[in-house]
Amino acid sequence: MAYDKFSVIKSPAVPLPVENVDTDQIIPARFLKAVERKGFGENLFRDWRYNKDGSPKSDFPLNNAKYSGKILVAGKNFGSGSSREHAAWAIYDYGFRVVVSSFFADIFKNNAINNGLLPVVVTPEFLERIFETIEKNPEAEFKTNLKEQTLTNLTTGETEEFEINAYKKHCLKNGLDDIDYLVRMKDEITAFEEANS
Amino acid sequence: MEAKTLFDKIWDSHVVKKVEGGPNVLYIDRHLIHEVTSPVAFLGLKNRGLKVFRPEQTTATPDHNVPTENQHLSIVDELSRNQVEMLKRNCAEHGIKYHDLQSEGHGIVHIIGPEKGLTQPGMTIVCGDSHTSTHGAFGAIAFGIGTSEVEMVLASQSIMQPKPKKMRITINGELKQGVTAKDIALFIISKISTSGGTGHFIEYAGSAIKSLSMEGRMTLCNLSIESGARGGMIAPDETTFNYMKGREFVPKGKDWEQAVEKWKNLKSDEDAVFDTEYSYDAADIEPMITYGTNPGMGIGITKNIPIYNGMGESDKKTLEKALKYMEFSPGDKMLGKTIDYVFLGSCTNGRIEDFRAFTAFVKGKKKAPNVNAWLVPGSKHVEQQIKEEGLLEILEEAGFKLRQPGCSACLAMNDDKIPEGKYAVSTTNRNFEGRQGPGARTLLASPLTAAAAAITGKVTDPRELMDNEFLETDKTLEPV
Repeated sequence: MAYDKFSVIKSPAVPLPVENVDTDQIIPARFLKAVERKGFGENLFRDWRYNKDGSPKSDFPLNNAKYSGKILVAGKNFGSGSSREHAAWAIYDYGFRVVVSSFFADIFKNNAINNGLLPVVVTPEFLERIFETIEKNPEAEFKTNLKEQTLTNLTTGETEEFEINAYKKHCLKNGLDDIDYLVRMKDEITAFEEANS
Repeated sequence: MEAKTLFDKIWDSHVVKKVEGGPNVLYIDRHLIHEVTSPVAFLGLKNRGLKVFRPEQTTATPDHNVPTENQHLSIVDELSRNQVEMLKRNCAEHGIKYHDLQSEGHGIVHIIGPEKGLTQPGMTIVCGDSHTSTHGAFGAIAFGIGTSEVEMVLASQSIMQPKPKKMRITINGELKQGVTAKDIALFIISKISTSGGTGHFIEYAGSAIKSLSMEGRMTLCNLSIESGARGGMIAPDETTFNYMKGREFVPKGKDWEQAVEKWKNLKSDEDAVFDTEYSYDAADIEPMITYGTNPGMGIGITKNIPIYNGMGESDKKTLEKALKYMEFSPGDKMLGKTIDYVFLGSCTNGRIEDFRAFTAFVKGKKKAPNVNAWLVPGSKHVEQQIKEEGLLEILEEAGFKLRQPGCSACLAMNDDKIPEGKYAVSTTNRNFEGRQGPGARTLLASPLTAAAAAITGKVTDPRELMDNEFLETDKTLEPV
């Protein structure tokens, strides 16, 4: 799936200090009926973000005008539950390019990277200080550098390195996906099938 | 030679290539698709001008979105109908076997795979659904994938994945009466949490696991994902082979004998090393129920909801949020709480043994008038068995009705939604906020505990109502 090439993102961040945010909260099942990958951002965090009558819930961070930016910061075990890739699509479609947490669920993490959304794992302490920084100054900026594999809290000057494998890093930097790679491998795959039949 | 786990043996034999500094290219034997997570994948193929690489290795069924009443009529909801029709068109265009809503072979994707013998030991099986872990019960590597990966499998019969770590969970001893595979799973998740399995693939072992029927094993493996694990598996044995023999897609005659001989080798070497190990005593497990908003928030049914005292700040915050949603208080007893709905079904507990257990329990009793009960078989085949075995009459006599197969209120994509604020004792897999309908409150439990709640209208320990008559009919829980 085509997405923007990823390099450096410097931006304020939106805090979501909740643990175990499951993909049913990110995008409830009733919004999975589309047959194209469009418009999921509208329903991102639908039931936490809107009242039943469709009016925004004022206490939800996405509805708070003081928070903005391309970085979502969430509590540990983000993206648990359903494998729905719509969760990654919704976060990307809303305008985020990075999700920071101290722990991600496996399927969500894969889905995010496959869609140009960078999951950044930081230590619980670093995460705590990011939340503190945003609370003091919602306009505080953070810098994600994919090449260096670092996330910097520009207010405190602290930097943490994050892990990403070399192959996925290459894909993200160049806007490539696995399908291009696998389709080029069809002869090898066919040979594997023959050897194992 | 280095000692290998069951997981290593299957994974390593499916690696087409190890990408330098990256994931493995993993060959996929069996691919299952449904209407919700496949349309964008087919669209991707079309945009790239690609055909499905191995259409005969993919099987399709619409399940997430389908109504569970009047399935002979056109689907009323336009968006749902569109998704189902698109799956049918995509399958026709690419030569993929499609099990239409009206056909005999229809059902929830993870119910029909094993039913048809598509699920076999030693295979790699994927589907755009996290509960694909169900198929691990047969000693297969089975896990859920995203839509991009569905497109990869359609395009190349392979995906790119880093090899997970290995975990073994051993449960020895004898299960107490009234304790089911569902209770084992909820017990494990309550111990290791919804993130305890993350990054791992689980192998379940021990005498209590061995004693489970094939369907019980499927329930257990199904819930592996709720601990965060990619999947769970159990080494195949006689129970596995007895279940499989004669099913539509399994080898026949001499091929069957040869396959079984090969499958018997699918087990972890004795000195194989796991990255993480847990061990529990079966006798410590009682019927479980959840009180919160993730499957790790479960307790033995006679226990009380935890109190904040002694909890860390973040755990306290998480519990507070959950109890506010559930309108429960710390320290509350679960027993005796009034409930409004009972849901029996889903890929977790929608198989014939689940219906036999539920039916044996409610036989000769009456559904509580305050309870709305939705009984949804996992497949047309299960529905047929319910009728043929005479379970339907018993259920109707007790005041229950049977709906038609589908995922239904497990994720409430169709019209089967638990209303806002209502409590449902549900045999499904997730009690997340709004999972069974906006504002719905889910208490996860076994079919027996669901049956007990349906009879009394409150959270009830099923063991209190298991009389001699039930014990006599308990033999119906045996596999066919």
